[in-house]
Amino acid sequence: MIEMFSYPFMMRALLVGVLISICAALVGVSLVLRRNSMIGDGLSHTAFSAFALATVLGVAPLYFALPIVIAMSFFVLRLSQNRKLHGDAAIAILSASSLAIGTMAISLSKGVNIDLNSYLFGSILSVSWADVILSGILALVIFMLYLFAYHRIFAITFDEEFAKSVGVKTGIYDAIFAAICSVIIVLGMRLLGSLLISSLIIFPTLTAMRLKRTFRGIVLVSTLVSVIAFIIGLVLSYILATPTGATVVIVNLVVFIISVLIQKIID
Amino acid sequence: MALLELTKLKLGYGENIVIKDATLALEQGDFVCVVGTNGAGKSTLIRGILGLIEPRSGKIKYGEGLDKTKIGYLPQDLRTDANFPATVEEIVQTGCLGHMKFRPFYCHSEREHVKRSLKTLGIADLAKKSYMKLSGGQRQKVLLARSLSATEKLLILDEPSNNLDYQSRKSFYATLKKLNSEQNLTIIMITHDLDADDLIGDKVIAINDGVVKITTTKEYLEGYRK
Repeated sequence: MIEMFSYPFMMRALLVGVLISICAALVGVSLVLRRNSMIGDGLSHTAFSAFALATVLGVAPLYFALPIVIAMSFFVLRLSQNRKLHGDAAIAILSASSLAIGTMAISLSKGVNIDLNSYLFGSILSVSWADVILSGILALVIFMLYLFAYHRIFAITFDEEFAKSVGVKTGIYDAIFAAICSVIIVLGMRLLGSLLISSLIIFPTLTAMRLKRTFRGIVLVSTLVSVIAFIIGLVLSYILATPTGATVVIVNLVVFIISVLIQKIID
Repeated sequence: MALLELTKLKLGYGENIVIKDATLALEQGDFVCVVGTNGAGKSTLIRGILGLIEPRSGKIKYGEGLDKTKIGYLPQDLRTDANFPATVEEIVQTGCLGHMKFRPFYCHSEREHVKRSLKTLGIADLAKKSYMKLSGGQRQKVLLARSLSATEKLLILDEPSNNLDYQSRKSFYATLKKLNSEQNLTIIMITHDLDADDLIGDKVIAINDGVVKITTTKEYLEGYRK
């Protein structure tokens, strides 16, 4: 096992994976408890489309996709907050349209060699040192945010209207969370793929909710579960020669099923 | 000086003006029930007072020691998730956020305030309990304790008795009366319907066709019977 981490690409995948797992779990707690978890799904498809367009246009995918996905996250946020619209239906339309635009861009491009599979299902070979640095900065930002605004994040997650009434700037926090969610998706999709990255946001929280009954407990357990499931998934994918993204998601699924069984035994 | 003064207040959403004219003054210790048909603008009025929507025109003046972030607000029960994973204490503490400014953690006096709020409502023993394990009546008291942690002056309650059975409602109203008389708290409460049993305050704010009028409960009931 030690041998596998002697390869630089594996080391980069481990570092980015662990950092993104921490970030995804922290953001996921608030998104899942506010029933906004589909936002991650919508954004991951947008990221796919942005990456495909960047490759076709011959520009750096990471720096092309980041602003597009962040801008789209604000749009999705507005859609989900608009009571007149069916937010979930709007996100579903965005997901399908983004996938279609990405696929069309790839199919219409001539002479550009694009590995569609690596965008959809991820590839640990595509993770660069720039991704490691960005992931580290992102993890630091989220850690500081939770350290200094934990009680405000809790209040918004539990009851946004009340939080607003006591002066919490909920719009700013929503925008920060949407932007962070975008960065997680853009960085994480190269590793896990656009079809699988949103599971990293959802699964750990759902698992933690079976095991803990307090917000603080869920934040801590989901972070721990997310990191452990990623490391197990990465190691298994190396040993079994399976795709990393799919293996990580299956490990998360198994952990979730175990947590459901534990909850049933406890109750 | 009045605790809360509204002058020619106009409130609405988009093109729709819901409250056309609200002019009234409330003193410390008033207990006011807000009545009106569905869609009359009861919630809009209190959202305006809370600063959740900006007035189209007119003025809201808060009395000494009060500002919009120091009002204890109890939203409708449906807004919160009964299965939310949190302890009672975690929830009640969020009432103190309006006093924190940029400080990231609750200070000693805020924690003590939370303890007092829980004690006042007789639920100090629930502090470490999980919110999802509580009954409907207990959850309502927890949310009221959160509102108490936010204020020492003014409570605003949006249809607080909606999902309570008869006994729980009676007990909840008794608690409100006690808070009003013993702590001299001003209370503004939206009532679900025009049942006289719900008009437990000494004044009534009636909203009709966007126009807001304040009378004593006695006068209001006499007018209503006629």
